[in-house]
Amino acid sequence: MTIADLVREAAAENVGLSANECLKCNVCNSVCPVARVTDRFPGPKYVGPQAQRFRLASGLSPQLPGLPVPLTPDDSVDYCSGCGFCTTACPAEVKIAEINNRARAAMRAGRRPRFRDWLLGQTDLTGRIGVAFAPIANWALQNRGLRRLAERTVGIHRNAPLPKLARRTFRSQWKADPGHVQGEEPGPDRAVVYFHGCAANYYEPNVAFAAIDVLRRNGFEVIVPPQVCCGLPLISNGLYADARKRARSNLGVLADYARRGYRIVGTSTSCTHTLKAEYREMLELDDDDARAVAEATWDICEFLLDLHDRGRLDTHFGRLDQDLPYHAPCQLRSHGIGLPALDLFALVPGLRAVDLDHDCCGIAGTYGLKNEKYDIAMAVGEPLFRKIRASGAEVAACDSETCRWQIARATATPTKHPVEILAAAYARATHGPDDAIS
Amino acid sequence: MMPGPIDVLVIGGGATGAGLLRDLARRGLHCLLVEKSDMGAGTSGRYHGLLHSGARYVAKDPLAARECMMENRVLRRIAPGCIEDTAGYFVATPDDPDDYADAFLAACSASDVPAEEVPVAQLLQREPALNRAIRRAFRVPDAALEPWQLIHANLADARARGSAAWAYHRVVAIERLDGHLLSVNVVDVRTGSVTRLAVGFIVAAAGAWAGQIAALAGVDLAMSPGKGTMLIYDQRMTDTVINRCHQPGDGDIMVPLHTVAILGTTEIHVDDPDDYEITREEVAGLVAEGAKLFPDLPRMRILRAYAGVRPLYQETGTPTGDDGRAISRAHAVIDHGARDGVDNLVSIVGGKVTTYRLMAEQTANVVSRKLGVSEPCTTADDILPGQELGHTYWLGHRLAEHEQAGGGDADLVCECEFVTRSMLDGFLDANWPCSLDDVRRGTRLGMGPCQGGFCAFRVAGIVAERIANGDGTPAAEGGQDTAALVDQALTDFIRERFKGSRPIASGRQLQELWMVSGIYSGVLGIDSLPPAQPPHLEGEESSRDPR
Ligand SMILES: Cc1cc2nc3c(=O)[nH]c(=O)nc-3n(C[C@H](O)[C@H](O)[C@H](O)COP(=O)(O)OP(=O)(O)OC[C@H]3O[C@@H](n4cnc5c(N)ncnc54)[C@H](O)[C@@H]3O)c2cc1C
Ligand code: SF4
Ligand code: SF4
Repeated sequence: MTIADLVREAAAENVGLSANECLKCNVCNSVCPVARVTDRFPGPKYVGPQAQRFRLASGLSPQLPGLPVPLTPDDSVDYCSGCGFCTTACPAEVKIAEINNRARAAMRAGRRPRFRDWLLGQTDLTGRIGVAFAPIANWALQNRGLRRLAERTVGIHRNAPLPKLARRTFRSQWKADPGHVQGEEPGPDRAVVYFHGCAANYYEPNVAFAAIDVLRRNGFEVIVPPQVCCGLPLISNGLYADARKRARSNLGVLADYARRGYRIVGTSTSCTHTLKAEYREMLELDDDDARAVAEATWDICEFLLDLHDRGRLDTHFGRLDQDLPYHAPCQLRSHGIGLPALDLFALVPGLRAVDLDHDCCGIAGTYGLKNEKYDIAMAVGEPLFRKIRASGAEVAACDSETCRWQIARATATPTKHPVEILAAAYARATHGPDDAIS
Repeated sequence: MMPGPIDVLVIGGGATGAGLLRDLARRGLHCLLVEKSDMGAGTSGRYHGLLHSGARYVAKDPLAARECMMENRVLRRIAPGCIEDTAGYFVATPDDPDDYADAFLAACSASDVPAEEVPVAQLLQREPALNRAIRRAFRVPDAALEPWQLIHANLADARARGSAAWAYHRVVAIERLDGHLLSVNVVDVRTGSVTRLAVGFIVAAAGAWAGQIAALAGVDLAMSPGKGTMLIYDQRMTDTVINRCHQPGDGDIMVPLHTVAILGTTEIHVDDPDDYEITREEVAGLVAEGAKLFPDLPRMRILRAYAGVRPLYQETGTPTGDDGRAISRAHAVIDHGARDGVDNLVSIVGGKVTTYRLMAEQTANVVSRKLGVSEPCTTADDILPGQELGHTYWLGHRLAEHEQAGGGDADLVCECEFVTRSMLDGFLDANWPCSLDDVRRGTRLGMGPCQGGFCAFRVAGIVAERIANGDGTPAAEGGQDTAALVDQALTDFIRERFKGSRPIASGRQLQELWMVSGIYSGVLGIDSLPPAQPPHLEGEESSRDPR
């Protein structure tokens, strides 16, 4: 059993009752990046295992006729960013971040969802409309007056890092791509299923194509089945019912591939973590489909490093003579797979990748976009930003899209997915000046 | 001290004694209640926490069932703040007989206990931790009942009407002249000083200890105390009371009480209500039975085991109330005038916390008749003091109030139970001088998973501040070193918390204890404190305190 298997196993355990295990040791408080910078958040121990004892076991809100009680006892849990460090640090295996997320969902369940939170959850919808009107949308997203208006009316901070929309979605570009598998699909030893998620589809098709290049270079054809948003933005905004619909739809397609032995590879660490753990743990879809998909899912760097471990990775990388500050995102740590990108960077000649060794950039998905949380998110990430600025590097790297956007915006340093760096290194090997082979 | 003559001395500060003091005071009598420990430290504070609907008794004791339901309605009206309206279910597991479940609804309706069958799937949705193999489920108006607040509310009402209640005063002697009791000696167990009280009338509301009081008066009352053990789980796995639908037995009720869930009970005869132990077999037996209701129970964390002693009594002949109405065998008012030729002594024994008010009423009726008082009972009419909020409490209220007051962890003294500094100061203002154990009963401080590990040193510091500011305890006024007093209070409290936890600790709870003992022994060096004699607490009393 690998570490990743253990993470998947643990995901199946009861979240609410895991509060039982708390020893009150405070380790979680000492790792929480949010509690460190603001008094508005009392910390994981408080909002997690302690507050959990004051919530109904059913996860529901108390129903007292005629009694004006708040639907969940503590609104402060909303300030948890969901980064998940507490859960990974807890020696007693309390699922703190998950408890917090559930509590938030219970809190939201009784209220009308706030328009902003609903909107931030609809990455499919906003992406689709955005791409259709990309030029206007991109202008609007950068327009200071409109952003101020959006801050006041919607509650998205004027300086929050909103990504630039692609002119065409990845899916539509892929249909026209010569690499697109036509006719009969190759078997699971010669092809992988690619889960692109919303980010690669609507904002960064270049990441998807980089991944495809790298995979094909290593002998894998890429199958891109129909798919929708993994649902994580909905989960972290407490909108479980909608998230379950997305999950069901994805599982319906992916489980079939998983059972036939295909591996599902994703470029978004948060999407892959959602497939691996959140469907079962947060959405409680713990059936055969969910298990099959969880077991078949790999983060792209995890997959490539596994190839390398088995001596099957093409290591003919060209030389990239540059400094590369690297930030390992929170979601990656929840995978429990180490920092595979760093191991892969070490294979690229000349590349001087440095682990920035900072816990969190602050954005945590959609958290840092929100008006009331923007300052907290910036304070959380500040030490990281300082290191990147100080490095003077031209490019930084990070596996998670929202972190890349946050870092790029805060440091004015273009920030790439590791697979983009690897694709560039392969390209150098093929065409570059240092290529000794070709 | 109590000015003026004492019409009635009530011995015992449990639910019954407190209810009786209130009842008598409302009839215009001038009364004093004495309790040898803290109020509620007897069985009333060590019970299961269930406001019975009566459904448990419908098969065996329909009258007791009817009384429970009547009083259930009354308490919801007069003491809603002590109640969480959890509702209760009787569930038929595969181990329970079909015929009991078949007859259950009819038996409930015969005793006026409202009950309805609900689809099992619906209950499982509400209580996901329940055994999936449950075959039938019936909903009844069970609820959770907090004892200490209830007792204090009764005492407050009595005090407002000129009566008094003394904690830590034990009756040690009763002076009798022929068929009449003249006076009582009580000792202040904190200082050792003895007071002689001239009394007109005595009621022993001493629960399982009633036999001892009777003996002091030279009367024979054979109690047959029955120990019942309960297990406290650190977190609720159910939000409703869950009962097995069968002939009542061991380990067949789970009660969610505040932040914890309590599994109980057992029933084992003991000779002395102060001398018993909780055995490992009992604990294991409870868990095994409980697992029939909640299959994951063996993996859940037990905070403590505790026991209470049922004030059981078997009199020959049929006991009757003052009006000749048959009273349930669940409790008995014993007039020692008719029975033993002592004209000013009555004992009240048996019963439940649920029916404490009714028991008090029946007792007060006897006393009133003997004293020629004609005022009627009014305890069912008026809401108890401090209970006027108009609704029952809900699990999250304390956290919600803390959040509304600004939240944050800076102000928390007890993190597990969310006891804030201002809550603690309020309690100390009202009750000082008091022990840390009194603080615990009054505020739930130290009752959570760490069992005082992270709050005891904080509260000790706060108490030290109070002593340094010149707010003396009786012992401090007696010239004791204040630092030593605080050390003592702290060690007493921590040892006490450990006592109920250590024998059953395993898994996480054992790890927790190791960590807490690391803090106190390793970091704070508590073992190197000079051994001091507890100046005021009866060791044996506090040693068996429940939670
Ligand atoms: C295990 C168990 C579970 C139970 N569960 C429930 C339940 O869920 N619901 C329910 O309604 N009932 C329940 N009961 C029954 C109920 O708890 C008792 O019947 C009730 O608490 C008795 O109250 P009391 O005031 O008569 O006695 P107590 O509460 O025992 O009060 C008697 C008091 O007298 C004091 N005293 C004794 N000697 C002296 C002296 N010499 N001088 C001064 N004071 C003295 C004692 O310290 C004690 O505090 C349970 C009982 C047990 C044992
Ligand atoms: S790290 Fe785990 S055990 Fe320690 S206080 Fe936090 S939740 Fe409890
Ligand atoms: S998930 Fe992150 S922000 Fe939330 S409590 Fe845990 S460590 Fe803190």
